[in-house]
Amino acid sequence: MEFQSLIIIAVGSIFVTNFVLHQFLGLCPYIGVSKQLDSAVGMGMAVIFVMSMASVVTWIINYFLLAPTSSNLLFQLFMKGQGNPPDLTYLRTISFILVIATLVQFVEMVIQKVSPGLYRALGIYLPLITTNCAVMGVSLLNINEEYNFIQSLINGFSSGIGFTLALVLMAGLREKLELANVPKAMKGAPIAFIMAGCMSLAFLGFTGLSFN
Amino acid sequence: MAVGKEFIKGLYKENPVFRLMLGLCPVLAVSSSVNNAIGMGVAATFVLVCSNIFVSLIRQWVHPKIRIPIFIMIIATFVTIVQLVMAGFFPALSRSLGLFIPLIVVNCIILGRAEAFASKHHVFISLIDGLGMGFGFTLALIIIATFREVLGNGTWLGMPIFGPTFQPVLFMIQSPGAFLTIGMLLGLFAWYENRRATKKHG
Repeated sequence: MEFQSLIIIAVGSIFVTNFVLHQFLGLCPYIGVSKQLDSAVGMGMAVIFVMSMASVVTWIINYFLLAPTSSNLLFQLFMKGQGNPPDLTYLRTISFILVIATLVQFVEMVIQKVSPGLYRALGIYLPLITTNCAVMGVSLLNINEEYNFIQSLINGFSSGIGFTLALVLMAGLREKLELANVPKAMKGAPIAFIMAGCMSLAFLGFTGLSFN
Repeated sequence: MAVGKEFIKGLYKENPVFRLMLGLCPVLAVSSSVNNAIGMGVAATFVLVCSNIFVSLIRQWVHPKIRIPIFIMIIATFVTIVQLVMAGFFPALSRSLGLFIPLIVVNCIILGRAEAFASKHHVFISLIDGLGMGFGFTLALIIIATFREVLGNGTWLGMPIFGPTFQPVLFMIQSPGAFLTIGMLLGLFAWYENRRATKKHG
C-alpha cells in the first residue's frame, strides 16, 4: 500500500505533472541550458541531486520547527505544557529560501572537496540552481500535498528526473534544430518555446494515466 | 528627462518578459486568465518596488560579499507580506495563484533589478525603475493572458465576448497554449525589431 503510493507519486511527477511542461517550474534553465546535450545532462544531474536534498531538509525544517504539531521541537523544548504548539508556518518562505541557498553553497563545497571530477562536471550549474524555482517549488509542493518524509524524498527525486527528462529531450531536439531552416525572427528562444509547446502537448497525453 | 526614461524602458525597450526573458515561470503559469495575470502583476510589482527601495537604502552599508543573501532576505520579507495580505483579503485569487505567490521570491526579475540597478542607484530612481519594470511585467502578463483567455475560454476578464456558439480552443488555457503563445509573441517582437533595424540601415 505504502509502496504503491510511492510509485504513483514517482510516475505522476515524472510524466503527468512534469515540472517543466505541466507546472512551469524551472523554465530559465530549461530554455537557457538546453542548447547542448552535454550541459543539459550535467544540469539535470545537479538538479536531481539538489532537489532530493532540498526536499529532505525542508521537510525536516517544516515538521520539527514550523508546523503547529506536538512534535515541534520548539514546543517540546521550551513550551511543554503551556497550551498549544506555536504556528510558525508564515516563516516558511523566508526559511526555505535561506535553507536552499545555504544548502546549494554547502553541496558545492562538499562536492569540490570530495570529488573534483564531479565538481568539474556540475560546478558551474550549482550556483544557478539557487534561483531555480523548481527547487523551491518542490519543497512547497511537498508541504501542500502533506507528504510524509519518504514521500517527500521520492517526490523530490522523481521531480528532478522529470525535469532532466524534459531538459535532455529539449537539448536533443535543439541540436537537430541548428541544422533546420527556421525563419530569421523565430530563431533561438521563440522556436524553442514553440517546440516546448509541442512537447507539452505530447505530455498532456499522460494526463489520461489512471492508477485505480 | 531621466525619471521618465527609467520608467519607460521597462515597458518596451527592456521589458523583463519579452526582451530580457526573465521570470518566465509565473508568466506562463498564471496567464490562463486575465484576472490571475493582473493579480500576479500587482503582487510582483509591489515586491519589486519595495525591495528596490530597501536595497537602495542600505546599499552603502552592505558588504559586497554578503549582498546576495541580504537581498534575498529583503525580498522574502515582502513576499511574505504579500502572501499574508492576499490570503486575508483576496482568498479566491490566493487559491488560484497558489504556489506562485511564495515563488515570487525566486523570480529572477526582482533579484536581477536589486543586483543590477537598486544596489547602484539612489532611492527615488530605484523606485521608478521598480515601478517601470513591474508595469512592464504586468503588461506582458496581461497580453499573454488576453490571447489565452479569449481563445481558450471565449472570455476576457470573465466577460463572454464571442456569444454562445463559440467553441473554445481548450488547449490554449492548458500548459501547451502558454508555450505556444509566448513563442509566437517573442517571434513577433523579434520580427518587428529586425524590420526596424533594416529600415534604419538600408
